[in-house]
Amino acid sequence: MAALTTTVADLSQQSVRDLNSALHQASSGTSWSVTHPDGAHNLAVGLTAALDVVIDGPAGYYCAGMNQRATVTVHGNVGPGVAENMMSGTVRVRGSASQSAGATAHGGLLVIEGNASARCGISMKGVDIVVGGNVGHMSAFMGQSGRLVVCGDAGDALGDSLYEARLYVQGKVKSLGADCVEKEMRDEHLAELAELLKSADRDDDPAGFRRYGSARELYHFKVDNSSSY
Amino acid sequence: MEPVSHGLRESATFDRATIHAIQRAAETGIYDIRGWGAKRKVPHFDDVLFLGASMSRYPLEGYRERCDTDIVLGDRNATYPLRLKTPVTIAGMSFGALSAQAKEALGRGASEAGTSTTTGDGGMTPEERGQSKHLVYQYLPSRYGMNPDDLRKADAIEVVLGQGAKPGGGGMLLGQKITERVAAMRTLPRGIDQRSACRHPDWTGPDDLEIKIRELREITDWEKPVYVKIGATRTYYDVKLAVQAGADVVVLDGMQGGTAATQDVFIEHVGIPTLAALPQAVQALQELGVHRRVQLIVSGGIRGGADLAKAMALGADAVAIGTAALIALGDNHPKYDAEYRQLGSAAGYYDDYQDGRDPAGISTQDPSLSARLDPVEGGRRLANFIRVMTMEAQTIARACGKAHLQHLEPEDLVALTIEAAAMARVPLAGTNWVPGAGL
Repeated sequence: MAALTTTVADLSQQSVRDLNSALHQASSGTSWSVTHPDGAHNLAVGLTAALDVVIDGPAGYYCAGMNQRATVTVHGNVGPGVAENMMSGTVRVRGSASQSAGATAHGGLLVIEGNASARCGISMKGVDIVVGGNVGHMSAFMGQSGRLVVCGDAGDALGDSLYEARLYVQGKVKSLGADCVEKEMRDEHLAELAELLKSADRDDDPAGFRRYGSARELYHFKVDNSSSY
Repeated sequence: MEPVSHGLRESATFDRATIHAIQRAAETGIYDIRGWGAKRKVPHFDDVLFLGASMSRYPLEGYRERCDTDIVLGDRNATYPLRLKTPVTIAGMSFGALSAQAKEALGRGASEAGTSTTTGDGGMTPEERGQSKHLVYQYLPSRYGMNPDDLRKADAIEVVLGQGAKPGGGGMLLGQKITERVAAMRTLPRGIDQRSACRHPDWTGPDDLEIKIRELREITDWEKPVYVKIGATRTYYDVKLAVQAGADVVVLDGMQGGTAATQDVFIEHVGIPTLAALPQAVQALQELGVHRRVQLIVSGGIRGGADLAKAMALGADAVAIGTAALIALGDNHPKYDAEYRQLGSAAGYYDDYQDGRDPAGISTQDPSLSARLDPVEGGRRLANFIRVMTMEAQTIARACGKAHLQHLEPEDLVALTIEAAAMARVPLAGTNWVPGAGL
């Protein structure tokens, strides 16, 4: 249900503490507009209610960190750790993201319309991440669960030491990390990918993507694998 | 007949444990992974002594005059700092490494004694939260089980950069301990050998950490103290950086600190002794003008009230116990000796916490073994031990004329060895010599 009014939080007039405190007390269904963010850190962190928060400009570190249920949209670029440890809800970045986007996130959807830097989806634990552009090196490092969709290219060592996260890349992969391998794209994967692209409002053809996952060769310590670590 | 009676001589360089280690490596092709902490002898609190009062100092009556033990942790920024009855806290140990019963027993014992316990690399269990009056929630590189609901349930947050047993190393939990429940809490497949990261995934240095700490404060509305835990290495600089990053409490873990599973080579060869690190930390806090305002918790080989009193005299505000707490619960108890021997160990030597077959039911996820530990009885034993530690420290403090454990000071101490004198920065007993002072 659309909110009737939008509360404006002008960060040229109030502090990040004021903003987060107000958002923590806000009721589900309310809408918020954050103006003059000017790259401030820790914007809209620790939200628990189903709020609609629009940040009108660039944000710094950990924007929407540990989000639960809220929808946060950033009209600009974001610093490191956007939506880190998100549990649920949606975070959409209209620009590009610095490193460690969606780090350790357990759930929800993170959409980055531009590029994401290194370590996108590091230690991801169930989140879905859709990146419109490219991702940097070591993306999905130690990814435990969830899906990472890259519509552009992936940098070095994609999926290094991967556990059970599933990776889809449309463009080129510079190199795969230890224990990450290309896997067959079956019908269920095409269907899953189509759904993820749709949820991110993208019209890319799932058939143009490749799938990567864990070879599960490093799940147990074996002396013969020592050169892989 | 014992070989020594034939005049045979054991090599000091290649002693029997060393020979065995070489043989084991040659046979298995993998390094030794074990629990416990450093077993080598290093300068420690045993190497310093108290100067009790006599003519020049006035003691307190042992059974009549008060010697207080209460402490406040994390009152620099938090709305709700921790107020503990004793400066003996329980160190972070994970559910996964320990059984749910052991975690519950730690919570029960700490609560009964009026102190805090700490989660570990594996999230917060309901048993632990439910039984812990003061629960510190660790924020680790792996972020296993990390969720904001638990963060808000915690009484304090401990950002872990390292631990004394393995500064610079990540965690490890071998497959035999990754049961369904442990796997689900960590979002991992059951039965795999789990590798925890050694670096945090979303920050890399002290400037980033400052922002990260502010994020944690923002998420929890500045209610909770934020600790920073470091393994003892370049302690002077690390403490300064931790304080600059905003730590309310610094937790310093020396090389004798325990672990549930780490390479033996790491445990024995990386990091510095607690005794060497503590004065460095205090110096850093004093130079920043925040000694006592940013509290210092010291761990790594704390075994009793004398260690507690000595740590506090050197400038700590509190200590944390891990290995000693497990021993209080029943670890290495002689009644399990026959079973330890079946595992190739013996009571007093058992350190295979990584193995998951702990007869005492502590470092295991096997339901038949963990059921051996009664959390109520274990908690009572731990509370007893903490009370004894506290009373022992009070005994020493009164003898030094101190009405609070925090009034103990370096001037109350002397060292037995030159090494300890240099590390603790107190005089060698019977002299005025502090090796290295003034350099």
